[in-house]
Amino acid sequence: MDFLSLFDLSVLDSTVRLAVPLLLACLAGLFSERAGIFDIGLEGKMLAAAFFSAAVAHLTGSVWLGLLAGITASLALSLLHGLASITFRGNQLISGVAINFLAAGMTVLVAQDWFHQGGRTPSLIGQGRFSPIELPLATTLKDTPGFGPVYHDLISGHSVLVYLALLMVPATWWILYRTRFGLRLRAVGENPAAVDTAGVSVVGLRYAAVMICGVLCGIAGAYLATALQAGFVKDMTAGRGFIALAALIFAKWRPWHALYATLLFGYLQAISLRPDIIESAIGFTVQIQLLDALPYILTVVILAGFVGKAIPPRAGGEPYVKER
Amino acid sequence: MEKMPHWADVLLIPLISLLLAALLSALVILAIGESPAAAFNLMVEGALMRSAGWGYTLYYATNFMFTGLAVSVAFHARIFNIGGEGQAMLGGLGVALACLYVPWPHWSLALIGASVGAALFGALWAYIPAILQAKRGSHIVITTIMFNFIAAAVLNYILVNILRPVGAMDPATAKFPDATHLPTFRDMFSTADTILFRGAPANVTFFVAVAACVVVWVLIWRTRLGYEIRSFGESETAAKYAGISPVKITVIAMLISGALAGLMSVNTTMGESERLILNSTEGAGFIGIAVALMGRSHPFGVFLAAILFGFLYQGGAELALWTSIPRELIVVIQALVILFTGALDNMVRMPLEKLFLALRKEGA
Repeated sequence: MDFLSLFDLSVLDSTVRLAVPLLLACLAGLFSERAGIFDIGLEGKMLAAAFFSAAVAHLTGSVWLGLLAGITASLALSLLHGLASITFRGNQLISGVAINFLAAGMTVLVAQDWFHQGGRTPSLIGQGRFSPIELPLATTLKDTPGFGPVYHDLISGHSVLVYLALLMVPATWWILYRTRFGLRLRAVGENPAAVDTAGVSVVGLRYAAVMICGVLCGIAGAYLATALQAGFVKDMTAGRGFIALAALIFAKWRPWHALYATLLFGYLQAISLRPDIIESAIGFTVQIQLLDALPYILTVVILAGFVGKAIPPRAGGEPYVKER
Repeated sequence: MEKMPHWADVLLIPLISLLLAALLSALVILAIGESPAAAFNLMVEGALMRSAGWGYTLYYATNFMFTGLAVSVAFHARIFNIGGEGQAMLGGLGVALACLYVPWPHWSLALIGASVGAALFGALWAYIPAILQAKRGSHIVITTIMFNFIAAAVLNYILVNILRPVGAMDPATAKFPDATHLPTFRDMFSTADTILFRGAPANVTFFVAVAACVVVWVLIWRTRLGYEIRSFGESETAAKYAGISPVKITVIAMLISGALAGLMSVNTTMGESERLILNSTEGAGFIGIAVALMGRSHPFGVFLAAILFGFLYQGGAELALWTSIPRELIVVIQALVILFTGALDNMVRMPLEKLFLALRKEGA
């Protein structure tokens, strides 16, 4: 029995890699839901961004243009969600479902039309991908006992989007809790009528939140296709948008907790890729299916309020109608 | 005062939404470099002009009727059951257990047994989210989404580790015994000289689905329970005041919804594959959302919308076979239908209401 191998550096390293798309999508959902707009279309926005970032990165050879295209695609779907749920006061959940299907269908349709490779993009090479960044002194310190390997293998050597995602956590906290915009954004998710009375535009704030959500989902999707993997394949988000949604509930709509929740879920994904490690660590096999389902089971338990109740923003899901 | 006549609400709005969805789909086909008219002809040709095409169209329609009804019943109680997919997966497990472990003497008894199994397992899978919503206030949309994923994991585990026959490679159960074979349309309608519905999977379950439409109509509009479900959906506070228990209605509506979703698996698992495979539902649980929205949650509307989607599915398969248009076009159309009939409903409705108000003023 080798319990410590569960926290092997390679496992922790893939935890970070797998947690990043979840974290970005989770923060995206956090902005949207804190403003009172439910978003179950995170999955679709990530998927659209993944395809368009990979496609444009392949066509132009520049991963940065790819990232831009991914964000644009995700923003377009966000705008649609805003139009349906804010302007036309439609059902936000149904709009999210529609966006997920729209992305699932359109990405394959366009991919087949552009590349004729059965709904995927060609593999990205060279500048078409985000390459790992080596932090200063990583190789020099590599042999320092203790800290060296952790710094070299775990902290250094990720793509720029990983560091960006991690920075987004304090940034989100600061925006939400230390700026006027953040205060209003949270208020509009709790009591839009009060915000309206104060003379601040509910519609404007909600659109802003939905757009921020689109940008973050765009980065998450681009990360999947141009950093984590080298190109787009059909349905490559594989339910990550919903795990992010689960993480958001798990984190009870708070930024730092979103980081912890997505790291936990990223860890579950990482060890489910290494059944050998689990077996040697605890002495018996754990079913992969159990590990796959664990984020969802944990979320249901949290939602049920058995371990600390998750209370969503009060005005979430309700279209705002001005009284006349 | 009603802003517009009833017929406009139930006919005109869905039709306009459908036209908008069709128009956008045509643009998509045009952008791919194919002709929308030719594509439509091919779809009609492949899905409606031959009996085999109808056999597929009605097979898909059977699935969508069950899942569409499932979503509709929940909609009447103002509950959004997005978990039809998971409930149908578990329903498949109920069918498999009933077919594999009970020695049925005749297919008709097997059909009843398997239906009970499917409905029971589907309802069970809907029960947990329902009770969590009713008693603990957990948002049912989120819990049912989570239960879809959990169902996939459970089914994967059971198929790989428990029900897979020794030596078999693919994650599926053994073939069901011959006695459980359901009569297909070909068995039922072919005569000695003319063979109809050749190779098509439509089977007797279609009539079960039609019966389910009738039963749901009676339930919703002709029984006390249906009245309670509808009042609860209209106004929870008013329903409470009238002595209707929110817990009871939430749970019962979800149990019926889950049972209907589960019944879908009788068609796919017992009627078509005759063994339980992974992903036998193929997203039909989600198509139920589009069908329910399109059909305005009315069983007759669901019946028509299910046939429309059955046509789209079979037509889409034909397109993928003969043109460069992938099957995913159907997913796009489905998304557009959900978008226009569901989320953007007001975009269609608001101008129409204004139009009818203006017309009425002129008339007065």
